[in-house]
Amino acid sequence: MSNLYQLTDLSKGYTRGREAITIFEHLTMSIDEGEFIAIMGPSGSGKTTLLNLLGGIDRPSAGSVECQGVRVDKLSEGKLARWRAANVGFIFQFYNLMPTLNAAQNVELPLLLTNLSGKARKERVATALDIVGLSDRAKHSPRQMSGGQQQRVAIARAIVADPKVLLCDEPTGDLDRKSADEILATLQLRNKDLGKTIIMVTHDPSAAKYARRELHLDKGRFVEAAELAQ
Amino acid sequence: MNDFTLIRKNLFRKKMRAFLLIFSIMIAFLIFGVLGAFNRVLNAGVELAAADRMLTVNRINFTVSVPYAYWGRVQGVDGVRNVSHMSWFGGYYQQPTQVVQTMAVDPETYLAAYPELLIPDDQRTAFINTRTCILVGEALAEQYGWSIGDRIPLMSNIWQKADGSSSWDLDVCAIFTAAEQETPTTSAYFHYEYYNESLAFNRDQIGMMVVNTVDPSRNEQVARDIDALFANSRAETETANEAAFAKAFIEQIGSIGLILFYVVGAAFGIILLIVGTSLVMAIQERTKEIGVMKTLGFPANRIFRMVLIESIMLSLVGGLIGIGIAYLLLKGMASMLASILPGMAITPGLFLTALAIMIAFGLVTGLTPAVNAQRLRIVNALGKQ
Repeated sequence: MSNLYQLTDLSKGYTRGREAITIFEHLTMSIDEGEFIAIMGPSGSGKTTLLNLLGGIDRPSAGSVECQGVRVDKLSEGKLARWRAANVGFIFQFYNLMPTLNAAQNVELPLLLTNLSGKARKERVATALDIVGLSDRAKHSPRQMSGGQQQRVAIARAIVADPKVLLCDEPTGDLDRKSADEILATLQLRNKDLGKTIIMVTHDPSAAKYARRELHLDKGRFVEAAELAQ
Repeated sequence: MNDFTLIRKNLFRKKMRAFLLIFSIMIAFLIFGVLGAFNRVLNAGVELAAADRMLTVNRINFTVSVPYAYWGRVQGVDGVRNVSHMSWFGGYYQQPTQVVQTMAVDPETYLAAYPELLIPDDQRTAFINTRTCILVGEALAEQYGWSIGDRIPLMSNIWQKADGSSSWDLDVCAIFTAAEQETPTTSAYFHYEYYNESLAFNRDQIGMMVVNTVDPSRNEQVARDIDALFANSRAETETANEAAFAKAFIEQIGSIGLILFYVVGAAFGIILLIVGTSLVMAIQERTKEIGVMKTLGFPANRIFRMVLIESIMLSLVGGLIGIGIAYLLLKGMASMLASILPGMAITPGLFLTALAIMIAFGLVTGLTPAVNAQRLRIVNALGKQ
């Protein structure tokens, strides 16, 4: 498997008043194409911050984030937006669907950034909704759907533009076990069958089991599971 | 789906709020449309005034007449090309509410003074040569269903005949149109001699004189010479350019332009604050959604543009409804207003001015929320659960 991400000497911190807060320092790691990684760790350990840096929606204080030769941390805002649209699909804990749009329109959103025709967009949307098993809910608005269904729409939105990597921030954190398993199985399928890279932040050990590799982040550094248990 | 769908959906996401905002903007543009049309009508005289045309009136007031003999004396003033005269008749047709703006004039010189009144040659000749002929404007003829050959009784609410009646029988023998759309065709003219010979009082008096000079550059000198001619007489005169006269006439009513500016300005100011604040709040409510859109890859400039278009659309929807209602209102009242405020309507010029204000209004109210949305950091936006 070829290297997808290379994070080198990565530091991230912020100031609150006069106090300087460090989230992590000198973090180095690499992620290969086709991996399914679960990043675990206690609250405040920097999991979401790391995910944000990988997705190019936040910038590091120091160090570099490189994705297939592209210095993501150095891209201008405009280029970063284009890079995100072409390469990354995001799945959030609270779905973050547009309440004024129906399921199909929500899924179509990322395609508005492409040159696809209206017809081609419709076909892609139909396929994405079919993959998540929601073809019959295309015209439903988010408030007419359950949490699990909304998260499946969010997955359809994340995969519709066929990005290389899916970044998932607690994708099952707001769902019951059954819905969570369905969501995780769908993600696992994307990874196994299509070789999509999935990086998932989760608190839930049973969710992490769907991943091929687990990383534990604590106080800004990666630790072994055993070390974490102590 | 496209950006426009997103804008439209966001605009009407809270229907009551959208309705109230549109209603506020609608009221502002309704006021603007009606007052703007009124202002335009009042200023039409100034805009249509010819550079070489002056009016000579009694120095006391333009409602006080001057002797008919003045007309002949002014013709001899150096620099004068043509002199005509007109007397306010105060006419109405059948009942006092059906006002007909009528002037008793000297036909030949009057038509020479106002070349913008267009009349077919045969009708022109008929008007000049027929003592009982009345020349009516196209809009007036249409209003009362008059056509060539009709005999109409025209009453005066000022003048009386020696026989005690106030009615003059007149023959419609000429109908004029106007060279420019702005020139009203709601007035009527008939022979001064026919009017004067039967008057019970105020005979051999004229309301005012219309003086055409050989060159506008000589207006000032000619005006001075005319007024000097009648200095220290029983009826001293005051001569002024037609535009200055029209302006002075409007100013007697009040500074409509200033009223328009303050009323519409205050309405716009208040609505600007309401709409601006509401839009800022509406965008704040959508902070997280904007964050998600940016996360998906929507560039900041595109989001800026979408918010700005949303604001302009709001302004256009409210503004166009307001101007539309003003248009229908004025059109519905056209026949009622024709005699007192002829041509009071939403003109293309007024519509374009309103359209420009709508767009400017949308830009001003939308700028702050658009900049806020553009600058929004994704991490901060998504942090707001």
